[in-house]
This record gives sequence, C-alpha cells and structure tokens, in this order.
Amino acid sequence: MKVPVSITVNGKQYDKMVEPRMLLVYFLREELALTGTHIGCDTSSCGACTIHLDGKALKSCTMLAVQANGKSVTTIEGMANGENLHPLQEGFHMEHGLQCGFCTPGMIMCAADILKNNPNPTEEEIRHGLEGNFCRCTGYHNIVKSIQYAANKMAS
Amino acid sequence: MTYIGSSVKRVEDKRFITGQGNYTDDIVLPQMTYACMVRSPHAHAEIVSVDIAHAEQMDGVVKIFTGKDTDAAGIGGVPCGWQVDFKNGDTMKEPPHPLLVSDKARHAGDAVAMVIAETYAQAKDAAEMVMVEYNVLPAVTNAKVARADGAPQVHADVPNNLAFDWELGNPREEVDAAIAAAHHVTTLEFINQRVICNAIEPRSAIGHFDTAYDKYTLYTSTQNPHLIRLLLCAFVLGLPEHKVRVVGPDVGGGFGSKIFHYTEEALVIWGSNQIKRPIKWTAERRESFMTDAAGRDHITTAKMAFDKDGNVLALSADTYANMGAYLSTFAPAVPTYLHGTLLQGLYTTPLINVSVDAVFTNTTAVDAYRGAGRPEATYLLERLMDTAALEMGRDPAELRLQNFIAPFDGVEQEGYQTQVALQYDSGNYEPVLKRGLEMVGYEQFRADQKAAEGTGKLLGIGFSTYIEACGIAPSAVVGALGARAGLFESAQVQVHPTGKVSVYSGSHSHGQGHETSFAQVVADKMGIPMEDVEIIHGDSDAVAFGMGTYGSRSLAVGGSAIVKSIEKVLEKGAKIAAHLLEASVDDLDYAEGKWTVRGTDKSVAFGDVSLTAYVPHNYPEGLEPGLDFSSFYDPANFTYPFGCHICIVEIDTETGEVKIKRFIAVDDVGNVINPMIVDGQIHGGLAQGIGQAFCEGAIYDESGQLINGTYMDYVMPRADDLPSFEIDRTVTPCPHNPLGVKGAGEAGCIGSTPAVVNAVMDALKGYGIHDVEMPITSQKVWNIIHGS
Repeated sequence: MKVPVSITVNGKQYDKMVEPRMLLVYFLREELALTGTHIGCDTSSCGACTIHLDGKALKSCTMLAVQANGKSVTTIEGMANGENLHPLQEGFHMEHGLQCGFCTPGMIMCAADILKNNPNPTEEEIRHGLEGNFCRCTGYHNIVKSIQYAANKMAS
Repeated sequence: MTYIGSSVKRVEDKRFITGQGNYTDDIVLPQMTYACMVRSPHAHAEIVSVDIAHAEQMDGVVKIFTGKDTDAAGIGGVPCGWQVDFKNGDTMKEPPHPLLVSDKARHAGDAVAMVIAETYAQAKDAAEMVMVEYNVLPAVTNAKVARADGAPQVHADVPNNLAFDWELGNPREEVDAAIAAAHHVTTLEFINQRVICNAIEPRSAIGHFDTAYDKYTLYTSTQNPHLIRLLLCAFVLGLPEHKVRVVGPDVGGGFGSKIFHYTEEALVIWGSNQIKRPIKWTAERRESFMTDAAGRDHITTAKMAFDKDGNVLALSADTYANMGAYLSTFAPAVPTYLHGTLLQGLYTTPLINVSVDAVFTNTTAVDAYRGAGRPEATYLLERLMDTAALEMGRDPAELRLQNFIAPFDGVEQEGYQTQVALQYDSGNYEPVLKRGLEMVGYEQFRADQKAAEGTGKLLGIGFSTYIEACGIAPSAVVGALGARAGLFESAQVQVHPTGKVSVYSGSHSHGQGHETSFAQVVADKMGIPMEDVEIIHGDSDAVAFGMGTYGSRSLAVGGSAIVKSIEKVLEKGAKIAAHLLEASVDDLDYAEGKWTVRGTDKSVAFGDVSLTAYVPHNYPEGLEPGLDFSSFYDPANFTYPFGCHICIVEIDTETGEVKIKRFIAVDDVGNVINPMIVDGQIHGGLAQGIGQAFCEGAIYDESGQLINGTYMDYVMPRADDLPSFEIDRTVTPCPHNPLGVKGAGEAGCIGSTPAVVNAVMDALKGYGIHDVEMPITSQKVWNIIHGS
C-alpha cells in the first residue's frame, strides 16, 4: 500500500505516492531521478548519500521518505546557483578534490555542513568533520584542501 | 603550447561536482526489470534442492532462474584469462566458475538463483522466499591449511586444492647453499592479509537485448569494456561479437576489482534475452564484500642473506597464494609474474629463488588489487631490509644505499637484467632515498626519537624503497607467460573538417582523469587548444577496440597509441599542406597549429588542412580524402617506476594507539603530463597502502564466513586517520615509449605498506620483537608493550 508524501527538494515541492518502507535516498534517485545522490553501502557508513534536510547534513539512507514528509531537502543538484558553482564545488575542482566522483556529492554536502557550523576550520577539524564519509580515491588530502579553498573563498 | 607538464584542472569534474555523473546504477531503460541474487549463506555446501514455487507467485516477480536453467542452456561459466601451468608441465587446474551454482556452493555468496521483478524491493522480497536446502560441508579459508592432506576439497578434481605451483629464478640449491654459508640471514614468516578493494561505487550491470536489432547492450561498472565483450561472446555465452555492445559509463573507482568479468554481467545479458526486457543488478555493499575479487592473501616465508659488510648475497621466498574458490580473470598472474618477478627490487642480489603454491579455498576469489603482486613483493623485500638492518645494527637507509643497483638510463647504458626474468628499463635509485631523507630531516628525527624516550610516546621511522612494473607487454612476451589476451592498446584520432578532434581511446577512465591528461597530450602534439579535443572512451560501439585500464598502463600504453595516431595525422596533413603551399613536404615545419615553409612566412593552418581533407577539391593526386587514423601500440617492454616512502609513527604506550605523524613519498614515474593528477594518484595509493598496514583486513571464521563483511566491521582509513602527505618526485624517463612515461596509479599503494610496518617496528625495537601481523591495531601494539 502506498502513502502520500509531500517533500520539497531543491526548492520545488513534489507530491508522490510511495511505499512506506522506501528510503529517502531511493525517493530522490528513483522517484525524482536525482541521481547525484549515491548509494555506497547498506549500513549508513559511507556518506555517499549525504543530503541536507532542513539545512542539516543527513545520510539519506538513514531516513524513510515518509519521515521527510513536509520537510525541505537540498541535494548536490541544488548546490549551484544557476551557472555559478557553490564555493565547495569550485574548491573540489580547483584543488583536485575528486577522482572517480562517486563520493563527491556526499563529501560536498557534508563539507557544507562543516563550514556552516565552523566557517574557518583547522585541518584537524575538517578531517574530524569528514569521518562519516569514505573516499577511496584521494586519500582525503585534496578534499581537505578543497574545503580550505571554499572556506577562504566564503570568508572573502 | 605547453599543456604537457602543467597542472591543468580536470575537464571531467563539472559533471561530478554538480551531480550529473552517469554511473551504471543511474541508468534507467524503458521496461527495465531488477534482479536480486539468492546467495549461499554457507562457504561450502551441497545444494540439495532449490524450491522457487512460492517465490514465483510473489508480487511483481517476472522470472526466477536457477543453476539448473543455466546448466540446461549449456553455459559453462566465466573463464580465467591467464594460464600458469605446474612446474612439472601439467596444465593449470581451472574448474568452471558457474553463473549460478547447481551442485555446490564454494564460498559464502556464491549465487544459487537470480530473481527478476518489476522493482528491486519486489525482487529482494521474493529472493527471501526461494527455499534452498543445503548440506553444509566443512570449509577451508587458509591457503596453507588447504594444501594439507585431509583438508576440505573445494573442487573434487583438484587434489590438495592446488591450482598450480610455480618457481622462478636461480636454481634453489644454489640459493639455499648461499644462504646456508652467509654471515647473516634474516628470516621472516608473515601473512600479507586479504584486503577488500572497496570501490565506493558497488558493482552494477544492466543487460539489454534489443529485439528490433537482435543486439545486446551491457552497461557495467568495468575498467575494461572490450575485454568483457570478448570474454562474454567468445567464452561464456557464445554470442556474435558484432551484436554485443559493452559500455562502461562513469565508474566509481575500480582499484582492480572492476577489471574482471563477473558472473552477474553474463547473467543479466543472458537473462535479458530470455525475458526480452532489460535487467538491472546492483550490488549491495554486503554483496561487494562477498563477490568482488579481493587482494593479497599471501602466506610467505622469506630469507635474505648478507655478507659481513652488509651486501645482500641471496634471497629465497616461498608463498602460499590464496586464489579463493575460483580462478578470477587475471588471478594466476598476480602471485607469479607480478610478484615473483619483482623480487630483485632495487638491489643487486645475485641469487634469487621464489616458489608459489596457488591454492583454492572456500573464500571469494582473489585477483589484482591496486599494485597486484607488486605490493606483496615490496612488502617482502622491504620488511626484510629493515629487519636485517635492525638485526645487524645497521642504519636501514645506509643498508639500502649500499645495495642499490647503479644508475642506468636504458639508452647509453643497457637496461638492468634481473635474476627473475625482467629487464628494468631505466633507473636511478639513490636520489629518491636521499631526497626522502632530506625531506624527513633524518638526523633531527633520530634526535627527536631519542628525546621522546620515557615520555610515554614512542617514535619510529620506517623506510620502503620499491620498484614496480607497469604497462606489461609486449603481447608476445605476456602470451609466453600465460596471458590469454594481448596487452597492447588502440586509439583513433579523428580530425573533423573544422579542425576539432575526437580521440577514441581503448583505455578506460574511472577516476584517473584521462579526459584531461590525454587531451593535454593531443593538444600539445597537434599544436591546438585543449578545448578543441575530446577524449571518448568506455563504449565498444564508439571505440573500435581496447584493452582497458589496470596495471598503471593507460598513459604508457594507451597514451602511446594516441601519439602514434597523431603522427599519422600530421604526416598526412603535411602532404595536404605541401600541396596547398606548393612546396615540398621536406621543406615544411609544423608548430603551433600550422605548417610553414621553412625560412618563409608562407603557412597554412591546421584547420585549413583539415577542411581540405574533407572538401578535397584542390588536393594532392592519389591521396585519400579524410584525416582520421587508428593505431595499435604494443610496447617494447614493461615500464619500471620506483620510489622511496618514509613513514613516521608515534605510539602511545598507555593505549597502544599508533598515529601516523608524517608520510613522505618520493616517486619516480618517468615524465609527468599533469602533476596535479599524478599527485592525486599517489595520495590515493598511499591511503590504500597505509590502510592495509594499520586497519584493513578480511577476517573469516572457521565456517568460512567473512565476519567483517560490512562497512560497520571492515575498517578503512577515514579522513581523521591520515595525515596530509608530503610528496616529491624525481624524473627518470622511460626510454622505450614516445612520452617517456612510466605509470603512477599503483605506486602509492605498492611502496607505503611496509614503510608503516617498519616504522612501528622501529618504534617498538626496545621490546625484542621483529614482526607484527598486519593490520597493526592498538590492541596488538598494547599487548607488545605490556607483555601479554
């Protein structure tokens, strides 16, 4: 039996019928075709599915779509302002903070939360803030630099 | 123009940072169905019966296939692509790897049935209702145990589970005699533990049979689309190759695990023709742990013998290599031609013998994982070196410097012939170690180490000076070593009438940034802006042929194929230019996108020549129209990157916690096209190599269950486990390819692991131990310090 949900995603309201067991990440990927949010594990360990729910970073595999009813979601597709990239998107590009790109959306969404709470983090604070997100390509070295780049850009 | 050598930002980034990457699981086809595999929960069990009656009636179920169906269709299973025969000449044991097992499950995760439904949730629901009766058998997971008489037999017709045995180097008696007579012998018995590749994108495959064209399309998360097509067509399903398209779209990391042809790829293709609808299968992470080919898993005894002055006299190594339950695509090559052949290292060791037993166990197949054999060889040599230095009271850096092979450039001086079959192309080893010592501030470190004594913190430094082999080729040589494929690469350079260029490469990028670094090469060599070049890869309908990306081969082999095609384009272009300029080809120079008559200001631009090639009104007589060339490049030799990795650890004596304080890497990967991308490759490799040393490792229980088969249990490095890396490089060009490049993808992972372990051993040298098993957990270290 499907149930109705109304979820605002990247500023647009979507009214859909979903199975009560559907996870939010599947709602985004399958119902809305927003495939920038990725699934890397079954245990909420990898962070590839990180989005913002009412402005806070959240692993979208830890929540049912019905739990997001009436709430506002931002995904990687909603980070740029038209053609203008978010400073974090620019930072990941400028500092080579991505290789295969699979963890990248989750990293950027997580990093946005880090910078929201701490606009001028130390390297240690950035590394601590990223500990819920796996990257297997970069060794995190350039991800740290990408976030520092964005922090500097957002401060100026 | 000088794109080559500059850190051009990646052109592929835009789609990934905006969420527009196109990975296999992102693809949705009309009428698509979803598959869920029913997998054996037992590592070793006879299949008594499979009852699908109830599952078939579940909501949304389209079809369920079992091993009886694939048996009835005459499908033999996925093949192995490399044959290594026994020492006595007997043929390698190569039991079939069925798509769905009907008689016996040989590892936990072996697929018994494929359930296809309208949604994945429905397929998963129904898969739980497939009733399989198992007769559980004793399992064996350890390669040494599996060799013993009376051990469980993984395959009935493989006595003692031995797939093959293998030996290389100087006669064993000579090596043993030298070891027996030596002044000092360092012996290590160690386990190079199994690690799981863990690309963050789980494997995924979509099979689509198009009834309108009688044509199959496989979208799959692969490093290697054309090889998958070849294996699928010629060996698994007997399909006509021209009627099969394989696409490796954006792929979320591979690290080796996505080189191989997997059963699920063949299943979704075969199944899609049975049900005449597309089928998507995407692994859950637990399935990745159970079915992605893993890495390493060696049990080794190694001896290194020295004279009284510290010169290495001889080396012997005996290894049990765990193959898992089946031989994966390149598995036999890994412990042999990618491991035994590297045991010369950077040293002048005059006598070397290596022997390997490749053994079946009730575990997931083992194959190439970043470095593939070379990390195991490096671990063996570099642990021996540091241990020997400790035992002999020598400085580990000095002991290495004393034993290094002298510099040779492969042009003026010949390549270096090893005792284990290879001829190194070019090398200059002292500078990488000396630069590393300089970066680390070696004397100061030793002073700091002494000063830290008694503070509750132990400091340690570990070295690793490694060599590796990339771009393995030429095809005739690897064929003689057992490869069932060529290891060349192809590339097509298609110049459009307007002078824009499409390059079709048989290499496959899954994070390496080929769309950028290959375009840098093309733009420089052709003298045109990078924006005028597009690199196309990963689609067998677009790219005529390819051998894919693994073994750090893409630039050395694939890049060289591109250069070859560019040379052909420019040669033909010069003929057209000469005609337009009414000059002789010999009088033309090509630079910055135009041909100029030498000593004059008469010139014609590349775009005018390309337009003329496609609008050949005023055109050289007898010359074909068009400007479009393909090439196949088969290298003359392997390439041999090398380097020095140095790790500094700090151990808390109260808790046993090991912190990596600094990690220094000086690598020589030959010429560098894009330093930013090369640095990124090194960073990622370092993290994986360090991960093996201090946290990663598959753990099987006695029944054959992988007990840390999730991200909750399998520990991989997170951002706060690692320091920022300090890296530098030297440049010793490869003498035998046109770009002088050697390959950078695996270096970080090959050199780093022993450096970490050596650093821990250096920190713990007061505790009278010479080895500790990886991964080096706080618990193990605490037990050493506190004597339990």
